Amino acid sequence: MNLHAVAAIYRFEMARTFRTIWQSIVSPVISTALYFVVFGAAIGSRIDQVEGVSYGAFIVPGLIMLSVLVQSVNNAAFGIYFPKFIGTIYELLSAPASFLEITAGYVLAAATKSLAIGLIILATAFLFVDLTILHPVWMLGFLVLTCLSFSLFGFIIGIWAQNFEQLQLVPLLVVTPLVFLGGAFYSISMLPPVWQTITLFNPVVYLVSGFRWSFFGMADVALGWSLAAILGFTLACVALIGWIFRSGWRIRT
Amino acid sequence: MSDIVVVRDLEKTYEGGVTALRRVSLDIRQGEILALLGPNGAGKTTLISCICGISQPTSGTITVGGHDTIADYRAARALIGLVPQEINLEPFETVMNTVRFSRGLFGKGSDDGLIERVLRQLSLWDKRDAKVMALSGGMKRRVLIAKALSHEPRVLFLDEPTAGVDVELRRDMWDTVARLKGEGVTIILTTHYIEEAEAMADRIGVIAKGDIQLVEDKETLMRRLGQKQMTIELHDTLSEVPAGLERYDLALGEDGHSLIYSYDTQGARTGITKLLSDLAAEGIVLRDIQTRQSSLEDIFVGLVREDAP
Ligand SMILES: Nc1ncnc2c1ncn2[C@@H]1O[C@H](COP(=O)(O)OP(=O)(O)O)[C@@H](O)[C@H]1O
Ligand SMILES: [Mg+2]
Repeated sequence: MNLHAVAAIYRFEMARTFRTIWQSIVSPVISTALYFVVFGAAIGSRIDQVEGVSYGAFIVPGLIMLSVLVQSVNNAAFGIYFPKFIGTIYELLSAPASFLEITAGYVLAAATKSLAIGLIILATAFLFVDLTILHPVWMLGFLVLTCLSFSLFGFIIGIWAQNFEQLQLVPLLVVTPLVFLGGAFYSISMLPPVWQTITLFNPVVYLVSGFRWSFFGMADVALGWSLAAILGFTLACVALIGWIFRSGWRIRT
Repeated sequence: MSDIVVVRDLEKTYEGGVTALRRVSLDIRQGEILALLGPNGAGKTTLISCICGISQPTSGTITVGGHDTIADYRAARALIGLVPQEINLEPFETVMNTVRFSRGLFGKGSDDGLIERVLRQLSLWDKRDAKVMALSGGMKRRVLIAKALSHEPRVLFLDEPTAGVDVELRRDMWDTVARLKGEGVTIILTTHYIEEAEAMADRIGVIAKGDIQLVEDKETLMRRLGQKQMTIELHDTLSEVPAGLERYDLALGEDGHSLIYSYDTQGARTGITKLLSDLAAEGIVLRDIQTRQSSLEDIFVGLVREDAP
């Protein structure tokens, strides 16, 4: 194992994060505050409670998931896209490091950043609503797993992307809609039956459901399914990245 | 001396269909400086990229220090330092951190003392806290070299290291290369500059159109191909080389005003004395004589041109 390589990449990427620390934190916090105002205050005044939880509190897990998913994908995608763009990828390709080590360095750094942002948003939420977390360890576990798996996904996007437009495309056109349609702001049970079935094909539903369960003890789908979904997604991403490095797809000429 | 890099039947065809290397075989000796000389598009960068793991060979095998570069890539790559042709650097990071990163990436524990020595040798120490983007082009190239040296490679590839750099840096580069050779590092450099190959290399390989045309000790190459030409200016014009002089390697110069005699400077006899007396016997009156040494540049141009269709 070349742990020095993992550490070197991690440190280098975290240094990038700290160089832009204010942009990194301020924008998600502000947009979360806006969501609270719009969804919590405006809609919350019409929807009083969802299954016994105040609407303002109900949307907190979904809001965190929204930020964490988008941040994870963006951070990791940019992390590996940038070396491709400026040409420093030559060094990664010529280093005595395996795909797992290179991926670990970038993905851990991206996940660290999005985890921090997720926790900051959680702290912000306490300012707006009354919140109790029933299963804090599970909550953290879900959060960490989500950060990791979507950073892995973002890493793939970064390798796939051949220009900045493509880099923005997937978070914008795929991740955000999936989160919005994944029950971040409503319970699946509030949908008409046909849509309830369709929604079950959205992987984010399982994440949000499991994550919300760790807060309030209620879930749209069984906890086991949530865990299976996130672990399955993580493994699929690792397998795909393994194939990418072995085949050299889009990185080795 | 044993061979530290062994390339066998290496072929590389890029996705677009361009064949950049055609069954290239090359042995690089431990501790030598090998200059790869070739025109643009000859395949120099591709060859280096295949050895270093940046490009995937289409077929063939490569070993570095006895380790296969695919099956045993960790051991092989740990021995290699690469200074790429393009200046590819993270712009927003400091010189120091950029170089530290390289050391870690290559599996070495941090050693700021060593990095300080490398930076000092490359006149970069004063710039250690400067951001890379604030440096001049020459300084950026020094950073690339520092990165490659930060993990103490046994084999160093320099891909056109002096293309477009100032005189001072070029001299520093030559000093650095000489010092590294003293430390036993094997150095492979590609270049357009003939003087560079001539000044620094122990052996010279000529590559053109994806083929290694030859690899020779520099001295042997110069001797083997180092011809001299003697231009004999004539008092009267000739329409052809006189029949009595056919056994000499003579060519008629422009307008028939001169004869050009090619001979081997290293030969046992140059044949000059005999030629001059034979010229006199033919009744040819001379006005002047000049001789010209064929430099490595001419050799190189000659070789590459010979290959042209
Ligand atoms: N990434 C690439 N994709 C397709 N063709 C390439 C690529 N890199 C180099 N080539 C082609 O391969 C040939 C050799 O290029 P290169 O190795 O860069 O030559 P040199 O370094 O000697 O100038 C050229 O014809 C070049 O156009
Ligand atoms: Mg080149």
